[in-house]
Amino acid sequence: MYGYNGKILRVNLTDKTFKVEALDENKAKKFIGCRGLGVKTLLEEIDPTIDALSPENKLIIVTGPLTGAPMPTGGRYMVVTKAPLTGTIGISNSGGKWGAEFKNTGFDMIILEGKSETPVYLNIVDDKIEFRDANHVWGKLALETTEILTKETNEKAKVMCIGPAGEKLSLMAAIMNDVDRAAGRGGVGAVMGSKNLKAIVVKGSGKINLFDEEKAKKISAEKIKILRNDPVAGGGLPTYGTAILVNIINENGIHPVRNFQKSYTDEADKISGETLTKDCLVRKNPCYRCPIACGRWVKLDDGTECGGPEYETLWSFGSDCDVYDINAVNVANMLCNEYGLDTISAGATIAAAMELYQKGYIKDEDIAADGLSLNWGDAEAVVGWTKKMGLREGFGDKLADGSYRLCESYGVPELSMSVKKQELPAYDPRGVQGHGITYAVNNRGGCHIKGYMINPEILGYPEKLDRLSLDGKAAYARVFHDLTAVIDSLGLCIFTTFGLGLQDYVDMYNSVVGDVFDGDSLMLAGDRIWTLEKIFNLKAGIDSSQDTLPKRLLQDPIPEGPTKGYVHKLSELLPEYYEVRGWSKDGIPTEETLKKLGLEEYIE
Amino acid sequence: MKIEVRLFAYFREGRDKKLFLEINEDEVTPRYILNKLNIEEKEVSILLINGRDGKATTTLKDGDVVSLFPPVGGG
Repeated sequence: MYGYNGKILRVNLTDKTFKVEALDENKAKKFIGCRGLGVKTLLEEIDPTIDALSPENKLIIVTGPLTGAPMPTGGRYMVVTKAPLTGTIGISNSGGKWGAEFKNTGFDMIILEGKSETPVYLNIVDDKIEFRDANHVWGKLALETTEILTKETNEKAKVMCIGPAGEKLSLMAAIMNDVDRAAGRGGVGAVMGSKNLKAIVVKGSGKINLFDEEKAKKISAEKIKILRNDPVAGGGLPTYGTAILVNIINENGIHPVRNFQKSYTDEADKISGETLTKDCLVRKNPCYRCPIACGRWVKLDDGTECGGPEYETLWSFGSDCDVYDINAVNVANMLCNEYGLDTISAGATIAAAMELYQKGYIKDEDIAADGLSLNWGDAEAVVGWTKKMGLREGFGDKLADGSYRLCESYGVPELSMSVKKQELPAYDPRGVQGHGITYAVNNRGGCHIKGYMINPEILGYPEKLDRLSLDGKAAYARVFHDLTAVIDSLGLCIFTTFGLGLQDYVDMYNSVVGDVFDGDSLMLAGDRIWTLEKIFNLKAGIDSSQDTLPKRLLQDPIPEGPTKGYVHKLSELLPEYYEVRGWSKDGIPTEETLKKLGLEEYIE
Repeated sequence: MKIEVRLFAYFREGRDKKLFLEINEDEVTPRYILNKLNIEEKEVSILLINGRDGKATTTLKDGDVVSLFPPVGGG
């Protein structure tokens, strides 16, 4: 077998046993790998209606055929599980170095089942699997956990772990790897915590079998060259990181401020990519085999060096809370990595709490014991609440389950800027109509990354679209959704789309695995994966009534700034989206569509 | 007429990040401003006039804000 290793590691945490199973090659190819293969496997193995934090849920860690292969950005892995924050399919992707190291152990995927009675961690060295006691690291932060576990296993091993947030079942808990990389969204860290699994340490000495080694090397060099020569992938992103978006998005008047009460701020430059680069950047912090190197390594005011923030994080702890203190945002970002929290949900939940306080729902006496304010712009409070969320301490306990449950507890769930209970990222869809479709229909809830319409609507990749027009946006978004499912399933980073196109992905896959796909069949696989995720949701009871946006974004026009006066016109776009997908007007894949996608077994 | 010009990313190198230009011409376009600032038109990836997509040839009016970005992106 080429590209894939051909082996699955099935681990039962209840009775501490494991089995090695053969990977079904046909299934792997049909669903590409990583995200697609993980979703297919989860749907076969769990009842989607189960409680996400029960031992019946499974946690699947899965790589793609290009993970660990000599291809640019080929180091990513996916966590697939039922997500506790949303109750939907959970698909959380991460970079760093862990994914490639795991692939080099000779496995493609781990399926984690059951629940350990006491904290454990897994130590995987090639085909040797060990369950080890984790009581001594339970409660420890990500950096210290990583240091202790590499010391007692292998200094060169790679560590994936949860922090206190995952242990305490925070619904916004992330799974961390290589200290500052995260499978961030949906609360996947809480699933790991619910199984009493603190970490997975891996050391692999293998190598991926390549279908045509010489061709693969040539193709890799060719794609690296394209990326290096691309002005964004080889220029803007390496120089400034994703933080460069702060000013771009703000200048367009779609940078949400104060929990989406406004969409523009005069102060954005204080937390911008330009400022981060000038005042805080120590060096770039790239993932495995990445020629782009958008990751940042920054210095805090106290001299500590740590992973730096993405655009989303500068927004969530910054403008969304009306905070423009870049050091405070860097500290909050570092705390999220250490406690294992999703930075988007964590910052956006503090912003929602600030609005609840502004409007009198949260009273002074509710937070008096914490010694922290919920005033807009209080940088110290934002840092303080992040820590308390990570520990479920005081009022932080209420914040730890996300903005939807927080706002709902005060009788105003509409103040949560979320879709399917997951906090929206850093773009106001009222001013980017196509991007709003991605928010509404995303199978894992409010998320920008599974169909990044900001590329055509703001950045002009691969062409510039009018961000306020509805024309053709549904079909465009659908193509982005399918292509992203492809890239995620290959084990590559979606930033490769700054430079690479469909044929490039076909070339890379076929040189590594063998001649399986052409452009059409690869996109069809993306469609198949997206549709299968929808099927999971429908079976879980998440129907298309949840393909929507917060009331504020549908009804209240943006009050000021360059996009003043606009709302999101979802009711006009959604029927068109379902139609171009081949779904019914109720958002259910039709029999004909399921047949076309080779998903006949899901015809009901 | 008075035009506010905002520069981002590497356009700031060797230039101020915000400029207020007093221009005594009948017709002013972003192209005129780019020439004045010594920025090549093909280097500009995003050109906004008052936060909306603009063109190098759009006629500007008094008080307009022009934002200029080289190719940058992220997500």
